[in-house]
Amino acid sequence: MSKRRFLNYLGLTVSTLSALIGLFFLFWIIISLIYKGFHYLNWNVFTQNAVAPGDNGGGLKFAILGQLEVVGIASLIGIPIGLLAGIYLSEYGKDSFTSNVIRNICDAMTSIPSIIIGIFIYALLVVPMGNFSALAGSVALSILMIPIVISSVDNILRLVPNELREAAYALGAPKYVVIFKVVVKEAIVGIISAILIAISRVLGETAPLLFTSFNSNFESYKLNKPIGTLTVTMYDYAMGPYDNWHHLAWAAAIILTFSVLLFNIASRLFSYWRFSH
Amino acid sequence: MKKKFVILDFLLKHISMFFAYTVILVVFGLFLVLLINSSSAISHFGFFNFLTSNVWSPAFNKFGGLIPLVGTLFTTIISGIIAIPIALGIAIFLVEICPNSLKTPIGIAIELLAAIPSVIYGFWGLFYLGPLIGNYVQPFFNATLVKLPVIGSFFYGYYSGVSLFTASVVLAIMIIPFTAALVRDALKITPNLLKESAYALGATKWETILKVMFRYSKSAIIGAVLISLGRAIGETMAVTFVIGNQDKLPASLMSPTTTVTATIANEFTEASSQLYLSSMYLLAFILFLSSFTLIIVSKMYFLRKVKN
Repeated sequence: MSKRRFLNYLGLTVSTLSALIGLFFLFWIIISLIYKGFHYLNWNVFTQNAVAPGDNGGGLKFAILGQLEVVGIASLIGIPIGLLAGIYLSEYGKDSFTSNVIRNICDAMTSIPSIIIGIFIYALLVVPMGNFSALAGSVALSILMIPIVISSVDNILRLVPNELREAAYALGAPKYVVIFKVVVKEAIVGIISAILIAISRVLGETAPLLFTSFNSNFESYKLNKPIGTLTVTMYDYAMGPYDNWHHLAWAAAIILTFSVLLFNIASRLFSYWRFSH
Repeated sequence: MKKKFVILDFLLKHISMFFAYTVILVVFGLFLVLLINSSSAISHFGFFNFLTSNVWSPAFNKFGGLIPLVGTLFTTIISGIIAIPIALGIAIFLVEICPNSLKTPIGIAIELLAAIPSVIYGFWGLFYLGPLIGNYVQPFFNATLVKLPVIGSFFYGYYSGVSLFTASVVLAIMIIPFTAALVRDALKITPNLLKESAYALGATKWETILKVMFRYSKSAIIGAVLISLGRAIGETMAVTFVIGNQDKLPASLMSPTTTVTATIANEFTEASSQLYLSSMYLLAFILFLSSFTLIIVSKMYFLRKVKN
């Protein structure tokens, strides 16, 4: 009896301790990031561009705007495609064999190493176009986005009760009206939450951008030219030899972390709001 | 009026169907693009020779994948050894030990940490954890573990922050929240009836956790662990910062080496010859195949239970 009790306490203590260790590490990251990074965060970071290597000062304006452009275009490509494909799975394909295959592939796609998507788009867009481009970066991110949007939209739409669809059909509504004015409308809060999660997922992606949008020393927002992004700039600066670059990389790390968390928390608030109503 | 409905219905159905099927096209495209581009490396070196050759020399235009593949294997396994017990502990804590009022906040904190981009983990490893390991952990190892026979040589190294060990620790810290969240969901599927029956038979809490909950959700937990390892295999940024990026086999845990993803991230845009580029496509192809198989196996067999 006492041996079993001892084992019980031992097991529970070890679990609690490992939980504490895990949580400690995780909070350590956040706190050291804030502690070391906030120091380097100032207004110039947002309004100025890079200066000559080794000089002091400068900022990340191009990288921040470039990141917004690449992620924005990726969303413009990825969200409509993901939304429509999710609608197809839930409203047309239902439980057919191919739909289930697509569901499983989407599940698997969300875990494919993102650097492979970068290589894929490199071969598909960068090589034929002849140079790195903002567009290629956006397409790479949208490919990461689409399966996330499809899976969650499919799951959310299937939660909409069938009675609603049937009621709309009984009133003589054609299918597209049922889908957009009844099903999607009913699930809109969940869909917005899913879209925000998808954006937060691709916002921090670096590996797919390394060989697609690359980086640039010249401020240019053209779609067919390479473009600087916050993530790639952060990587380049962190690996570079200058202290000033490292400071800017810390600032970039803070901006990136908090914008990803912002999207993530916004998404949670939306889904919380959905369940509380 | 009626005709407009018919046309719009037709359009919506077929456009959305096209987009849904593009997912299959993308996966096939991915497979084909990687295969075609790596074909010249395969025909030049042979697939199995490529796997077993440790020469990675752009200067002599000779390429073998052994070094990055070994690096990837080691970082994945070591990070798994560190991360899985801690993640299991967090999951047990969250499901069975933690007071109800703390369950949601700690659960959300862990999920938010899982959302932090991997580039941040790598960056933190380079500027924060790496120097700590170089300055404190390595001297500690040198003073203690290295003196032991046999296993001592695994821990020998210079005071360097970038090594196989640092990369594995950073990778472990990165996958802990992700694994913990998955295992927590897997543990939650145990019906209350079963747990209550175990308690009624006089089982302690630990016995209930180990012999009822773990047994009931065993396959789901294995699935969760496999998915986490799949994530560790393909992770690029958390590793590239801290692995050292040296094309040589690691002499010990504390020496720099490279992984598949780190090699690709560092050298892909600098490849000077067709064969060089093709060898990296081949590395990516091997990575794609292994992670895809891992994910498909875990999703199809093990995680089905959680979904239901």
